[in-house]
Amino acid sequence: MISLAGRDILHTWGKFIFTGFGLGLLIGVTLIMAGVYRGMVDDAKVLMDNSGADLWVVQKDTLGPYAESSSIYDDLWRGISIMTGVARAANVTYLTMQVRHGDRDVRAMVSGIAAGGPGLPGWPPYLVSGRQITRGHYEAVADIATGFRLGDSIQIRRNQFTVVGLTRRMVSSGGDPMIFIPLKDAQEAQFLKDSYAIRQQRRRTAENPAFNRPGVPGLLDAVIASQSVNPFVNAVLVQVENGHRPEDIAQQIRKWKRLTVYTRPQMERILIGKLIATSSKQIGMFLVILAVVSAAIVAFIIYTLTLGKIREIAVLKLIGTTNRTIAFMILQQAVALGGIGFVVGKIAATFSAPFFPKYVLLEPLDSVSGFIAVVLICIISSIIAIRAALKVDPAEAIGG
Amino acid sequence: MAEKGIRIRGLKKRYGSGDTAVDALKKVDMTVTPGEVVGLIGPSGSGKSTLLKCLGAVIEPTGGQMVLGDHIIYDDGWKVKDLRALRRDRIGFVFQAPYLIPFLDVTDNVALPAMLAGSPNSDARKRAMDLLQALDVGHRAKAMPTQLSGGEQQRVSIARGLVNRPPVILADEPTAPLDSERAMAVIRILNNMAQKFETAIIVVTHDEKIIPTFKRIYHIRDGVTYEEKGKGRAFE
Repeated sequence: MISLAGRDILHTWGKFIFTGFGLGLLIGVTLIMAGVYRGMVDDAKVLMDNSGADLWVVQKDTLGPYAESSSIYDDLWRGISIMTGVARAANVTYLTMQVRHGDRDVRAMVSGIAAGGPGLPGWPPYLVSGRQITRGHYEAVADIATGFRLGDSIQIRRNQFTVVGLTRRMVSSGGDPMIFIPLKDAQEAQFLKDSYAIRQQRRRTAENPAFNRPGVPGLLDAVIASQSVNPFVNAVLVQVENGHRPEDIAQQIRKWKRLTVYTRPQMERILIGKLIATSSKQIGMFLVILAVVSAAIVAFIIYTLTLGKIREIAVLKLIGTTNRTIAFMILQQAVALGGIGFVVGKIAATFSAPFFPKYVLLEPLDSVSGFIAVVLICIISSIIAIRAALKVDPAEAIGG
Repeated sequence: MAEKGIRIRGLKKRYGSGDTAVDALKKVDMTVTPGEVVGLIGPSGSGKSTLLKCLGAVIEPTGGQMVLGDHIIYDDGWKVKDLRALRRDRIGFVFQAPYLIPFLDVTDNVALPAMLAGSPNSDARKRAMDLLQALDVGHRAKAMPTQLSGGEQQRVSIARGLVNRPPVILADEPTAPLDSERAMAVIRILNNMAQKFETAIIVVTHDEKIIPTFKRIYHIRDGVTYEEKGKGRAFE
């Protein structure tokens, strides 16, 4: 028996290709949406992996340093680093800001890394060109996605930094590229006020009778001195020695330092389960809407194509074609349309993904799931057309 | 061995019930022997299409008897379970418009009923090709229906009706869209095929120019048939 669906498709291939192309663009958007979600998850994992930490020590009862603000004293790392089972510990700060690059602003996450060299938690694990930061001030390593090149000058707050190294795929959980600078500079960038604000603060402190008492002459200077330094960091990143369980070390730090400590699985839950939860729900809603729209389009197209063949279907029935053969013909056409659409969508998504400002990760498994979903949608969508075809009376082929 | 045409006795068809019931067929008697082409003529609303649909096993009569060859197919109820198979294997259809399947070429249009009946594609196509050559459209075997003239399309439609060698062919105004010359050609083909394959052919028509070609004519009026001996002069 010949394939009626195949012959019909070959006969009206132009209509099928154009319709499949339109459907394909819609499927492409759906795949991109899934890719955006995967990209967000990957960004979150990359942030954790690149930090090189096994534990994140943050302000008590916060979800810091990525999901909530966290502020802890910058000398706590010393006590942590000498605890049993801790290989290395280092302070780190994170500050998302607009960084000036020539005539434009670049949104980046500026990370302050403690002196110590590559391998210390928080440092970029690899470079694509240049070198790591070797000086204590005004050097930077930037992700290549920021657009900076070696030797470029970056202005962060009032200070100029020179790009000495470039790295790749170092992004925040929001997908912003990272810039690494020395910790002291980052602390200053986080809390440093401009000169007018500093003068204002000093005047207000001086006018406060509690700090400027006649009987305590050194108090005002001491208070002002304490206001001009920033002894805080966002977190301490901890690497655990081989043979020790991160959870045990975390428990020790919680017990003795009265801080909140997250292990990698806990941090992954925060980043994926909390930080991008709303975004993933949003994308999920879009995926549902796109699936429904795709189904409606396929159903409408197949229904219209079927209605255009009512007389032929009546003739087919009259000459003995079974309902099963006719239903299978329509089903095959719907699946073929979905197949064309999927191929077009996959190609469109693959070629357009690099042009999206945020990372779009197209997972092969998502493509397989997408294909199965498209086939299922096409099968369901063809039901209306099949019902219409099965209702056709073979008597319609005979006049009267 | 061909079957013995079609015999109809006291066939009735009523649409609706109660006060709104309409008796489309009141008493239809008809016999068509193998190799014979008979005309079925009647004004609009006389019951021609209803009779054709009953004969084609598309709608169910409400009384009477229909015998196809040696088989009683209807006797106050269908005596055949699979009407679809009955239509496919034992009744051929030729329509007013050819209604060829637009996405199949000429050969496959003709071969399709044979394929549906379970013949291997190669056998079905060979039979289709033989018929197309017999009907002088063999040279258009690979053409698509839209590439054929009206007369060619109708000949292909006749070939499709004949491909399963049915004992009966029902032709519903097969010459309506054709000019005189082509209409006469179609009737000549139907006569030739009827004799060649010993098929009983019933031609429903309004077409004045082909009426004189029938040796026997059934008139139908208000659901009742009357037989008249035709002139049959065109092919004598």
